[in-house]
Amino acid sequence: MNPAELRIRDLTVAHGRRPAVHHVSFALKPGAMMAVVGPNGAGKSTLLRAIAGLHAPASGRIEGVARGQIGLLPQQAALDRSFPLTCRDAVLFGLWAESGAFRATPRPERVDSALDAVGLHGFARRPVGSLSSGQFQRLLFARLLLQDAPIILLDEPFNALDARTATDLLAVMRRWHGEGRSILAVLHDLDLVRREFPETLLLARECIAVGPTEAALSAENRLRARMMSEAWTEGAEACAA
Amino acid sequence: MIWDLFIAPFAEFGFLRRALIGCLALSLSAPPLGVFLMLRRMSLTGDVLAHGILPGVALGFVVAGLWMPALALGGLIAGLIVALGSGAIARATGGREDAALAGLYLTALAAGVALISWKGSAVELTQLLFGSVLGVDDAALLLMGGAATATLLFLAVAWRPLILECFDPSFAQAVGVRGSVWHLGLLALVVINLVAAFQAVGSLMAVGLMMLPAIGARHWSREVGGLVSASVGLALAATLIGLLASYHADLPSGPAIVLAAAALWIVSLILGPVDGLLARHRQRPHLEG
Repeated sequence: MNPAELRIRDLTVAHGRRPAVHHVSFALKPGAMMAVVGPNGAGKSTLLRAIAGLHAPASGRIEGVARGQIGLLPQQAALDRSFPLTCRDAVLFGLWAESGAFRATPRPERVDSALDAVGLHGFARRPVGSLSSGQFQRLLFARLLLQDAPIILLDEPFNALDARTATDLLAVMRRWHGEGRSILAVLHDLDLVRREFPETLLLARECIAVGPTEAALSAENRLRARMMSEAWTEGAEACAA
Repeated sequence: MIWDLFIAPFAEFGFLRRALIGCLALSLSAPPLGVFLMLRRMSLTGDVLAHGILPGVALGFVVAGLWMPALALGGLIAGLIVALGSGAIARATGGREDAALAGLYLTALAAGVALISWKGSAVELTQLLFGSVLGVDDAALLLMGGAATATLLFLAVAWRPLILECFDPSFAQAVGVRGSVWHLGLLALVVINLVAAFQAVGSLMAVGLMMLPAIGARHWSREVGGLVSASVGLALAATLIGLLASYHADLPSGPAIVLAAAALWIVSLILGPVDGLLARHRQRPHLEG
Protein backbone atom coordinates (compact mmCIF):
# COMPACT_ATOMS: atom_id res chain seq x y z
CA MET A 1 0.00 0.00 0.00
CA ASN A 2 1.73 3.13 -1.16
CA PRO A 3 -0.53 6.18 -1.30
CA ALA A 4 0.66 9.43 -2.82
CA GLU A 5 0.89 12.56 -0.71
CA LEU A 6 -2.48 14.32 -0.59
CA ARG A 7 -1.97 18.07 -0.93
CA ILE A 8 -4.73 20.59 -0.30
CA ARG A 9 -3.77 24.03 -1.63
CA ASP A 10 -5.73 27.14 -0.71
CA LEU A 11 -9.00 25.25 -0.93
CA THR A 12 -12.34 27.10 -0.73
CA VAL A 13 -15.59 25.14 -0.98
CA ALA A 14 -18.91 26.98 -0.99
CA HIS A 15 -22.54 26.01 -0.49
CA GLY A 16 -24.16 28.50 -2.85
CA ARG A 17 -22.34 31.76 -2.06
CA ARG A 18 -21.54 30.82 1.52
CA PRO A 19 -18.04 29.40 2.01
CA ALA A 20 -18.03 26.24 4.13
CA VAL A 21 -14.28 25.77 3.82
CA HIS A 22 -12.20 28.91 3.39
CA HIS A 23 -8.61 29.01 2.01
CA VAL A 24 -7.45 25.80 3.68
CA SER A 25 -4.02 24.34 2.92
CA PHE A 26 -2.38 21.23 4.36
CA ALA A 27 -0.74 17.98 3.29
CA LEU A 28 -1.48 14.41 4.29
CA LYS A 29 1.76 12.46 4.01
CA PRO A 30 1.72 8.86 2.75
CA GLY A 31 0.71 6.60 5.62
CA ALA A 32 -0.21 9.52 7.90
CA MET A 33 -3.10 9.42 10.31
CA MET A 34 -4.72 12.82 10.82
CA ALA A 35 -7.81 13.90 12.75
CA VAL A 36 -10.03 16.76 11.59
CA VAL A 37 -11.47 18.58 14.59
CA GLY A 38 -13.62 21.69 14.92
CA PRO A 39 -16.93 23.10 16.09
CA ASN A 40 -20.24 22.23 14.40
CA GLY A 41 -20.51 23.87 11.00
CA ALA A 42 -16.74 24.22 10.75
CA GLY A 43 -16.69 22.59 7.31
CA LYS A 44 -15.21 19.24 8.38
CA SER A 45 -17.61 17.05 6.40
CA THR A 46 -17.52 19.45 3.46
CA LEU A 47 -13.72 19.20 3.39
CA LEU A 48 -13.90 15.39 3.28
CA ARG A 49 -16.58 15.45 0.60
CA ALA A 50 -14.52 17.87 -1.50
CA ILE A 51 -11.47 15.60 -1.26
CA ALA A 52 -13.64 12.62 -2.27
CA GLY A 53 -14.76 14.57 -5.35
CA LEU A 54 -18.37 15.01 -4.21
CA HIS A 55 -18.18 18.79 -4.00
CA ALA A 56 -16.37 20.93 -6.57
CA PRO A 57 -14.01 23.51 -5.03
CA ALA A 58 -14.83 27.18 -5.59
CA SER A 59 -11.09 27.81 -5.73
CA GLY A 60 -7.85 26.11 -4.81
CA ARG A 61 -6.59 22.65 -5.68
CA ILE A 62 -6.62 19.09 -4.39
CA GLU A 63 -3.52 17.26 -5.61
CA GLY A 64 -2.23 13.74 -5.39
CA VAL A 65 -5.44 11.74 -5.69
CA ALA A 66 -7.16 9.94 -8.51
CA ARG A 67 -10.61 8.39 -8.54
CA GLY A 68 -10.52 4.93 -6.99
CA GLN A 69 -7.73 5.88 -4.60
CA ILE A 70 -10.09 7.27 -1.99
CA GLY A 71 -12.44 5.36 0.28
CA LEU A 72 -15.05 7.52 2.01
CA LEU A 73 -17.05 6.54 5.07
CA PRO A 74 -20.11 8.83 4.88
CA GLN A 75 -22.25 9.82 7.85
CA GLN A 76 -25.07 7.33 8.33
CA ALA A 77 -27.69 10.04 7.84
CA ALA A 78 -26.60 10.28 4.19
CA LEU A 79 -27.73 6.70 3.51
CA ASP A 80 -31.16 5.16 3.13
CA ARG A 81 -30.97 2.55 5.88
CA SER A 82 -34.43 1.17 5.11
CA PHE A 83 -33.44 0.25 1.55
CA PRO A 84 -34.35 -3.37 0.70
CA LEU A 85 -30.83 -4.74 0.33
CA THR A 86 -29.04 -7.65 1.97
CA CYS A 87 -25.80 -7.00 3.87
CA ARG A 88 -23.94 -9.04 1.25
CA ASP A 89 -25.20 -6.87 -1.62
CA ALA A 90 -24.52 -3.64 0.30
CA VAL A 91 -20.91 -4.67 1.00
CA LEU A 92 -20.46 -5.96 -2.55
CA PHE A 93 -20.66 -2.36 -3.77
CA GLY A 94 -17.18 -1.95 -2.24
CA LEU A 95 -15.93 -3.87 -5.29
CA TRP A 96 -17.52 -1.38 -7.71
CA ALA A 97 -14.12 -0.49 -9.19
CA GLU A 98 -13.84 -4.12 -10.37
CA SER A 99 -17.45 -4.96 -11.10
CA GLY A 100 -18.91 -1.67 -12.33
CA ALA A 101 -22.47 -1.77 -13.53
CA PHE A 102 -22.33 -5.03 -15.49
CA ARG A 103 -19.34 -7.26 -14.80
CA ALA A 104 -19.48 -10.25 -12.50
CA THR A 105 -17.44 -9.84 -9.34
CA PRO A 106 -14.26 -11.88 -9.18
CA ARG A 107 -13.87 -13.85 -5.92
CA PRO A 108 -17.15 -12.79 -4.26
CA GLU A 109 -16.12 -14.80 -1.17
CA ARG A 110 -14.15 -11.68 -0.23
CA VAL A 111 -17.48 -10.24 0.92
CA ASP A 112 -17.79 -12.94 3.57
CA SER A 113 -14.25 -12.38 4.84
CA ALA A 114 -14.89 -8.63 5.03
CA LEU A 115 -18.08 -9.24 7.04
CA ASP A 116 -16.14 -11.60 9.32
CA ALA A 117 -13.39 -9.03 9.79
CA VAL A 118 -15.82 -6.41 11.15
CA GLY A 119 -17.65 -8.85 13.41
CA LEU A 120 -20.70 -9.44 11.19
CA HIS A 121 -20.21 -13.19 10.69
CA GLY A 122 -23.44 -14.79 9.48
CA PHE A 123 -25.06 -11.47 8.53
CA ALA A 124 -24.69 -11.88 4.74
CA ARG A 125 -28.36 -12.54 4.06
CA ARG A 126 -29.79 -10.17 6.67
CA PRO A 127 -31.57 -7.06 5.28
CA VAL A 128 -29.66 -3.86 6.07
CA GLY A 129 -32.89 -2.41 7.51
CA SER A 130 -32.67 -4.86 10.41
CA LEU A 131 -29.24 -3.67 11.59
CA SER A 132 -28.64 -1.46 14.62
CA SER A 133 -26.61 1.75 14.13
CA GLY A 134 -23.50 -0.02 15.41
CA GLN A 135 -23.97 -3.01 13.12
CA PHE A 136 -24.63 -0.68 10.21
CA GLN A 137 -21.36 1.15 10.92
CA ARG A 138 -19.57 -2.23 10.91
CA LEU A 139 -21.20 -2.88 7.52
CA LEU A 140 -19.82 0.38 6.11
CA PHE A 141 -16.37 -0.52 7.41
CA ALA A 142 -16.68 -3.89 5.64
CA ARG A 143 -17.42 -2.07 2.39
CA LEU A 144 -14.34 0.12 2.95
CA LEU A 145 -12.26 -3.02 3.54
CA LEU A 146 -13.27 -4.33 0.11
CA GLN A 147 -12.62 -0.97 -1.54
CA ASP A 148 -9.00 -1.39 -0.57
CA ALA A 149 -8.28 2.33 -1.09
CA PRO A 150 -4.85 3.79 -0.22
CA ILE A 151 -6.42 6.96 1.22
CA ILE A 152 -9.32 6.57 3.66
CA LEU A 153 -11.62 9.40 4.71
CA LEU A 154 -13.81 8.75 7.76
CA ASP A 155 -16.68 11.10 8.66
CA GLU A 156 -17.43 10.70 12.38
CA PRO A 157 -16.65 6.98 12.33
CA PHE A 158 -17.14 6.30 16.05
CA ASN A 159 -20.13 8.53 16.81
CA ALA A 160 -22.99 7.04 18.81
CA LEU A 161 -21.42 3.58 18.99
CA ASP A 162 -21.31 1.32 22.02
CA ALA A 163 -17.86 0.76 23.54
CA ARG A 164 -17.45 -2.72 22.07
CA THR A 165 -18.24 -1.62 18.51
CA ALA A 166 -16.02 1.46 18.82
CA THR A 167 -13.11 -0.71 20.04
CA ASP A 168 -13.56 -3.22 17.20
CA LEU A 169 -13.75 -0.54 14.51
CA LEU A 170 -10.80 1.32 16.02
CA ALA A 171 -8.83 -1.90 15.62
CA VAL A 172 -9.81 -2.04 11.94
CA MET A 173 -8.63 1.56 11.52
CA ARG A 174 -5.29 0.78 13.22
CA ARG A 175 -4.88 -2.16 10.86
CA TRP A 176 -5.35 0.15 7.85
CA HIS A 177 -2.74 2.48 9.32
CA GLY A 178 -0.39 -0.45 9.85
CA GLU A 179 -0.79 -1.40 6.19
CA GLY A 180 0.51 2.05 5.21
CA ARG A 181 -2.75 3.67 4.17
CA SER A 182 -3.31 7.38 4.82
CA ILE A 183 -6.25 8.16 7.10
CA LEU A 184 -8.12 11.44 7.53
CA ALA A 185 -10.94 11.27 10.08
CA VAL A 186 -13.48 13.80 11.35
CA LEU A 187 -13.80 13.30 15.11
CA HIS A 188 -15.38 14.97 18.12
CA ASP A 189 -13.83 12.98 20.97
CA LEU A 190 -10.62 14.90 21.75
CA ASP A 191 -9.35 12.22 24.17
CA LEU A 192 -9.59 9.69 21.35
CA VAL A 193 -7.81 12.08 18.99
CA ARG A 194 -4.94 12.60 21.46
CA ARG A 195 -4.65 8.85 22.06
CA GLU A 196 -4.81 7.59 18.48
CA PHE A 197 -3.93 10.36 16.05
CA PRO A 198 -0.39 11.72 15.73
CA GLU A 199 -1.57 14.71 13.66
CA THR A 200 -4.58 16.99 13.81
CA LEU A 201 -6.16 19.65 11.61
CA LEU A 202 -8.18 22.14 13.66
CA LEU A 203 -10.79 23.64 11.37
CA ALA A 204 -13.24 26.53 11.78
CA ARG A 205 -13.98 27.08 8.10
CA GLU A 206 -10.40 28.37 8.02
CA CYS A 207 -7.47 26.29 9.11
CA ILE A 208 -6.73 27.28 12.74
CA ALA A 209 -3.84 24.88 13.21
CA VAL A 210 -2.40 21.78 11.60
CA GLY A 211 0.42 19.57 12.84
CA PRO A 212 1.29 17.37 15.82
CA THR A 213 -1.90 16.78 17.81
CA GLU A 214 -0.80 18.21 21.18
CA ALA A 215 0.30 21.51 19.66
CA ALA A 216 -2.69 21.80 17.30
CA LEU A 217 -5.14 21.19 20.14
CA SER A 218 -3.60 23.72 22.54
CA ALA A 219 -6.07 25.65 24.69
CA GLU A 220 -5.28 28.82 22.77
CA ASN A 221 -6.01 27.22 19.37
CA ARG A 222 -9.26 25.70 20.58
CA LEU A 223 -10.38 29.09 21.87
CA ARG A 224 -9.53 30.67 18.52
CA ALA A 225 -11.54 27.98 16.71
CA ARG A 226 -14.54 28.67 18.89
CA MET A 227 -14.32 32.43 18.41
CA MET A 228 -13.77 32.06 14.69
CA SER A 229 -16.88 29.94 14.21
CA GLU A 230 -18.96 32.37 16.28
CA ALA A 231 -17.66 35.31 14.24
CA TRP A 232 -19.01 33.80 11.00
CA THR A 233 -22.53 34.81 10.21
CA GLU A 234 -24.82 32.92 7.88
CA GLY A 235 -24.76 35.88 5.50
CA ALA A 236 -20.98 35.96 5.21
CA GLU A 237 -19.80 35.56 1.64
CA ALA A 238 -16.53 34.35 0.24
CA CYS A 239 -13.84 36.98 0.05
CA ALA A 240 -13.10 38.41 -3.38
CA ALA A 241 -9.76 36.56 -3.56
CA MET B 1 -68.48 -21.92 -17.28
CA ILE B 2 -64.76 -21.32 -16.98
CA TRP B 3 -64.60 -20.93 -20.74
CA ASP B 4 -67.39 -18.35 -20.69
CA LEU B 5 -65.90 -16.43 -17.81
CA PHE B 6 -62.21 -16.36 -18.66
CA ILE B 7 -61.59 -17.42 -22.26
CA ALA B 8 -64.61 -16.55 -24.38
CA PRO B 9 -64.26 -12.75 -24.20
CA PHE B 10 -60.71 -12.91 -25.57
CA ALA B 11 -61.54 -15.67 -28.06
CA GLU B 12 -64.45 -13.75 -29.48
CA PHE B 13 -63.21 -10.18 -29.58
CA GLY B 14 -60.02 -9.12 -31.32
CA PHE B 15 -59.98 -5.68 -29.67
CA LEU B 16 -59.97 -7.33 -26.25
CA ARG B 17 -57.06 -9.56 -27.24
CA ARG B 18 -55.10 -6.50 -28.36
CA ALA B 19 -55.82 -4.71 -25.10
CA LEU B 20 -54.79 -7.82 -23.17
CA ILE B 21 -51.48 -8.24 -25.02
CA GLY B 22 -50.67 -4.54 -24.75
CA CYS B 23 -51.49 -4.30 -21.06
CA LEU B 24 -49.61 -7.52 -20.27
CA ALA B 25 -46.55 -6.03 -21.99
CA LEU B 26 -46.84 -2.88 -19.89
CA SER B 27 -47.35 -5.04 -16.79
CA LEU B 28 -43.80 -6.29 -17.35
CA SER B 29 -42.28 -2.81 -17.58
CA ALA B 30 -44.32 -0.23 -15.65
CA PRO B 31 -44.33 -1.87 -12.18
CA PRO B 32 -40.51 -2.20 -11.96
CA LEU B 33 -40.29 1.55 -12.69
CA GLY B 34 -42.89 2.04 -9.96
CA VAL B 35 -40.72 0.05 -7.55
CA PHE B 36 -37.76 2.35 -8.20
CA LEU B 37 -39.95 5.45 -7.81
CA MET B 38 -41.22 4.05 -4.51
CA LEU B 39 -37.69 3.28 -3.28
CA ARG B 40 -36.70 6.87 -4.10
CA ARG B 41 -39.67 8.11 -2.06
CA MET B 42 -41.13 9.47 -5.29
CA SER B 43 -44.37 7.45 -5.32
CA LEU B 44 -46.38 10.55 -6.17
CA THR B 45 -44.08 11.61 -9.02
CA GLY B 46 -45.67 9.04 -11.34
CA ASP B 47 -49.03 10.62 -10.64
CA VAL B 48 -47.69 14.07 -11.39
CA LEU B 49 -46.13 12.93 -14.67
CA ALA B 50 -49.39 11.21 -15.65
CA HIS B 51 -51.18 14.53 -15.27
CA GLY B 52 -48.28 16.25 -16.98
CA ILE B 53 -48.73 14.33 -20.26
CA LEU B 54 -52.37 15.41 -20.55
CA PRO B 55 -51.96 18.87 -22.17
CA GLY B 56 -49.64 17.31 -24.76
CA VAL B 57 -52.17 14.59 -25.52
CA ALA B 58 -54.85 17.28 -25.69
CA LEU B 59 -52.82 19.38 -28.12
CA GLY B 60 -52.28 16.30 -30.27
CA PHE B 61 -56.03 15.73 -30.16
CA VAL B 62 -56.82 19.35 -31.09
CA VAL B 63 -54.43 19.16 -34.06
CA ALA B 64 -55.12 15.64 -35.34
CA GLY B 65 -58.14 14.21 -33.54
CA LEU B 66 -57.95 10.71 -32.00
CA TRP B 67 -54.90 9.79 -34.07
CA MET B 68 -52.45 7.77 -32.03
CA PRO B 69 -49.03 9.07 -33.18
CA ALA B 70 -50.03 12.71 -32.60
CA LEU B 71 -51.46 11.92 -29.15
CA ALA B 72 -48.39 9.94 -28.13
CA LEU B 73 -45.90 12.51 -29.38
CA GLY B 74 -47.75 15.34 -27.65
CA GLY B 75 -47.93 13.37 -24.40
CA LEU B 76 -44.25 12.45 -24.55
CA ILE B 77 -43.11 16.03 -25.06
CA ALA B 78 -45.39 17.42 -22.33
CA GLY B 79 -44.36 14.70 -19.86
CA LEU B 80 -40.66 15.33 -20.44
CA ILE B 81 -41.20 19.08 -20.00
CA VAL B 82 -42.89 18.49 -16.63
CA ALA B 83 -40.21 15.99 -15.53
CA LEU B 84 -37.33 18.30 -16.43
CA GLY B 85 -39.18 21.55 -15.68
CA SER B 86 -39.93 20.76 -12.05
CA GLY B 87 -36.25 20.08 -11.35
CA ALA B 88 -35.22 23.23 -13.21
CA ILE B 89 -37.76 25.42 -11.36
CA ALA B 90 -36.71 23.99 -8.00
CA ARG B 91 -33.01 24.59 -8.75
CA ALA B 92 -33.51 28.08 -10.18
CA THR B 93 -35.63 29.34 -7.29
CA GLY B 94 -34.15 27.32 -4.43
CA GLY B 95 -37.61 25.94 -3.70
CA ARG B 96 -38.69 22.37 -3.07
CA GLU B 97 -39.11 20.06 -6.03
CA ASP B 98 -42.39 18.60 -4.73
CA ALA B 99 -43.91 22.09 -4.61
CA ALA B 100 -42.81 22.78 -8.19
CA LEU B 101 -44.26 19.41 -9.26
CA ALA B 102 -47.60 20.17 -7.61
CA GLY B 103 -47.77 23.56 -9.33
CA LEU B 104 -46.96 22.07 -12.72
CA TYR B 105 -49.33 19.15 -12.57
CA LEU B 106 -52.34 21.21 -11.48
CA THR B 107 -51.67 23.59 -14.35
CA ALA B 108 -51.21 20.68 -16.76
CA LEU B 109 -54.40 18.88 -15.72
CA ALA B 110 -56.54 22.02 -16.01
CA ALA B 111 -54.99 22.96 -19.37
CA GLY B 112 -55.48 19.43 -20.70
CA VAL B 113 -59.13 19.15 -19.72
CA ALA B 114 -59.85 22.66 -21.04
CA LEU B 115 -58.21 21.89 -24.41
CA ILE B 116 -60.05 18.60 -24.89
CA SER B 117 -63.40 20.12 -23.87
CA TRP B 118 -62.81 22.97 -26.30
CA LYS B 119 -62.51 20.75 -29.39
CA GLY B 120 -63.99 17.44 -28.36
CA SER B 121 -67.09 15.80 -26.91
CA ALA B 122 -67.66 14.42 -23.43
CA VAL B 123 -67.20 10.91 -24.84
CA GLU B 124 -63.76 11.77 -26.18
CA LEU B 125 -62.81 13.46 -22.90
CA THR B 126 -63.80 10.34 -20.96
CA GLN B 127 -61.89 8.14 -23.39
CA LEU B 128 -58.69 10.19 -23.07
CA LEU B 129 -58.91 10.45 -19.29
CA PHE B 130 -60.03 6.93 -18.46
CA GLY B 131 -59.15 4.82 -21.49
CA SER B 132 -61.02 2.54 -23.83
CA VAL B 133 -60.11 -0.96 -24.91
CA LEU B 134 -61.44 -0.05 -28.30
CA GLY B 135 -58.64 2.48 -28.58
CA VAL B 136 -55.85 -0.08 -28.86
CA ASP B 137 -55.05 -0.04 -32.58
CA ASP B 138 -51.87 -1.32 -34.25
CA ALA B 139 -49.95 1.85 -33.52
CA ALA B 140 -50.93 1.75 -29.85
CA LEU B 141 -49.97 -1.92 -29.58
CA LEU B 142 -46.58 -1.28 -31.15
CA LEU B 143 -46.00 1.62 -28.77
CA MET B 144 -46.89 -0.54 -25.76
CA GLY B 145 -44.57 -3.34 -26.89
CA GLY B 146 -41.82 -0.88 -27.72
CA ALA B 147 -42.10 0.90 -24.37
CA ALA B 148 -41.95 -2.42 -22.52
CA THR B 149 -38.90 -3.56 -24.49
CA ALA B 150 -37.04 -0.28 -24.00
CA THR B 151 -37.81 -0.30 -20.28
CA LEU B 152 -36.59 -3.86 -19.73
CA LEU B 153 -33.37 -3.11 -21.64
CA PHE B 154 -32.82 0.06 -19.60
CA LEU B 155 -33.40 -1.75 -16.32
CA ALA B 156 -30.94 -4.47 -17.29
CA VAL B 157 -28.28 -1.81 -17.86
CA ALA B 158 -29.21 0.57 -15.02
CA TRP B 159 -30.01 -1.99 -12.32
CA ARG B 160 -26.89 -1.68 -10.18
CA PRO B 161 -26.35 2.10 -10.63
CA LEU B 162 -30.00 2.81 -9.75
CA ILE B 163 -29.81 0.70 -6.60
CA LEU B 164 -26.47 2.15 -5.50
CA GLU B 165 -27.53 5.73 -6.21
CA CYS B 166 -30.70 5.18 -4.21
CA PHE B 167 -29.03 3.45 -1.23
CA ASP B 168 -25.96 5.64 -0.88
CA PRO B 169 -25.78 8.63 -3.27
CA SER B 170 -22.46 9.96 -1.91
CA PHE B 171 -20.74 6.63 -2.38
CA ALA B 172 -22.24 6.29 -5.86
CA GLN B 173 -20.88 9.70 -6.84
CA ALA B 174 -17.49 8.94 -5.29
CA VAL B 175 -17.09 5.76 -7.38
CA GLY B 176 -18.12 7.63 -10.53
CA VAL B 177 -21.79 6.65 -10.94
CA ARG B 178 -23.53 9.53 -12.70
CA GLY B 179 -26.69 9.40 -10.64
CA SER B 180 -28.51 12.24 -12.37
CA VAL B 181 -28.17 10.58 -15.78
CA TRP B 182 -29.74 7.32 -14.58
CA HIS B 183 -32.39 9.26 -12.71
CA LEU B 184 -33.39 11.20 -15.84
CA GLY B 185 -33.43 7.95 -17.81
CA LEU B 186 -35.81 6.51 -15.23
CA LEU B 187 -38.13 9.54 -15.42
CA ALA B 188 -38.09 9.49 -19.24
CA LEU B 189 -39.15 5.83 -19.24
CA VAL B 190 -41.88 6.55 -16.70
CA VAL B 191 -43.25 9.13 -19.14
CA ILE B 192 -42.95 6.74 -22.10
CA ASN B 193 -44.79 3.98 -20.22
CA LEU B 194 -47.55 6.36 -19.17
CA VAL B 195 -47.97 7.59 -22.75
CA ALA B 196 -48.03 4.00 -24.04
CA ALA B 197 -50.65 3.02 -21.47
CA PHE B 198 -53.07 5.88 -21.88
CA GLN B 199 -54.94 4.52 -24.94
CA ALA B 200 -55.97 1.39 -23.09
CA VAL B 201 -56.34 2.63 -19.53
CA GLY B 202 -56.52 6.43 -19.88
CA SER B 203 -54.10 9.15 -18.90
CA LEU B 204 -55.43 9.47 -15.35
CA MET B 205 -55.44 5.71 -14.72
CA ALA B 206 -52.14 4.77 -16.40
CA VAL B 207 -50.16 5.45 -13.26
CA GLY B 208 -52.30 2.94 -11.32
CA LEU B 209 -50.77 0.01 -13.18
CA MET B 210 -47.33 1.42 -12.32
CA MET B 211 -47.66 2.30 -8.63
CA LEU B 212 -50.27 -0.01 -7.08
CA PRO B 213 -48.43 -3.27 -7.91
CA ALA B 214 -45.18 -1.66 -6.72
CA ILE B 215 -46.72 -0.62 -3.42
CA GLY B 216 -48.36 -4.04 -2.98
CA ALA B 217 -45.06 -5.80 -3.73
CA ARG B 218 -43.57 -4.25 -0.60
CA HIS B 219 -45.46 -6.87 1.40
CA TRP B 220 -44.00 -9.84 -0.46
CA SER B 221 -40.23 -9.28 -0.43
CA ARG B 222 -37.37 -7.52 1.35
CA GLU B 223 -35.06 -7.40 -1.68
CA VAL B 224 -35.20 -5.22 -4.79
CA GLY B 225 -35.25 -8.25 -7.10
CA GLY B 226 -38.11 -9.81 -5.16
CA LEU B 227 -40.01 -6.52 -5.14
CA VAL B 228 -39.76 -6.23 -8.91
CA SER B 229 -40.86 -9.86 -9.48
CA ALA B 230 -43.79 -9.49 -7.09
CA SER B 231 -44.88 -6.20 -8.66
CA VAL B 232 -44.86 -7.73 -12.13
CA GLY B 233 -46.89 -10.71 -10.88
CA LEU B 234 -49.46 -8.44 -9.27
CA ALA B 235 -49.72 -6.27 -12.40
CA LEU B 236 -50.19 -9.26 -14.73
CA ALA B 237 -52.98 -10.56 -12.48
CA ALA B 238 -54.58 -7.10 -12.22
CA THR B 239 -54.56 -6.71 -16.02
CA LEU B 240 -56.29 -10.05 -16.56
CA ILE B 241 -58.85 -9.58 -13.79
CA GLY B 242 -59.47 -5.95 -14.74
CA LEU B 243 -60.08 -6.59 -18.43
CA LEU B 244 -62.46 -9.46 -17.64
CA ALA B 245 -64.33 -7.30 -15.13
CA SER B 246 -64.44 -4.52 -17.69
CA TYR B 247 -66.00 -6.90 -20.23
CA HIS B 248 -68.48 -8.68 -17.94
CA ALA B 249 -69.58 -5.63 -15.89
CA ASP B 250 -69.33 -3.14 -18.75
CA LEU B 251 -66.86 -0.86 -16.94
CA PRO B 252 -64.27 1.40 -18.59
CA SER B 253 -61.05 -0.61 -18.88
CA GLY B 254 -58.80 1.85 -17.03
CA PRO B 255 -60.69 2.04 -13.75
CA ALA B 256 -61.38 -1.73 -13.91
CA ILE B 257 -57.68 -2.59 -14.17
CA VAL B 258 -56.70 -0.07 -11.51
CA LEU B 259 -59.44 -1.34 -9.17
CA ALA B 260 -58.17 -4.89 -9.68
CA ALA B 261 -54.65 -3.68 -8.83
CA ALA B 262 -56.04 -1.91 -5.78
CA ALA B 263 -57.81 -5.09 -4.64
CA LEU B 264 -54.54 -7.02 -4.98
CA TRP B 265 -52.76 -4.28 -3.02
CA ILE B 266 -55.28 -4.62 -0.19
CA VAL B 267 -54.88 -8.41 -0.24
CA SER B 268 -51.09 -7.92 -0.04
CA LEU B 269 -51.51 -5.42 2.76
CA ILE B 270 -53.46 -7.97 4.79
CA LEU B 271 -51.86 -11.30 3.83
CA GLY B 272 -48.33 -10.33 2.75
CA PRO B 273 -45.54 -11.89 4.83
CA VAL B 274 -43.53 -8.62 5.01
CA ASP B 275 -45.20 -6.07 7.30
CA GLY B 276 -48.64 -7.40 6.35
CA LEU B 277 -51.39 -6.83 8.92
CA LEU B 278 -51.83 -10.55 9.66
CA ALA B 279 -48.09 -11.16 9.88
CA ARG B 280 -47.73 -8.25 12.29
CA HIS B 281 -50.66 -9.46 14.35
CA ARG B 282 -49.17 -12.92 14.65
CA GLN B 283 -45.81 -11.52 15.74
CA ARG B 284 -47.18 -9.41 18.56
CA PRO B 285 -47.25 -12.01 21.38
CA HIS B 286 -43.68 -12.91 20.48
CA LEU B 287 -42.60 -9.24 20.78
CA GLU B 288 -44.43 -8.89 24.08
CA GLY B 289 -42.79 -12.06 25.38
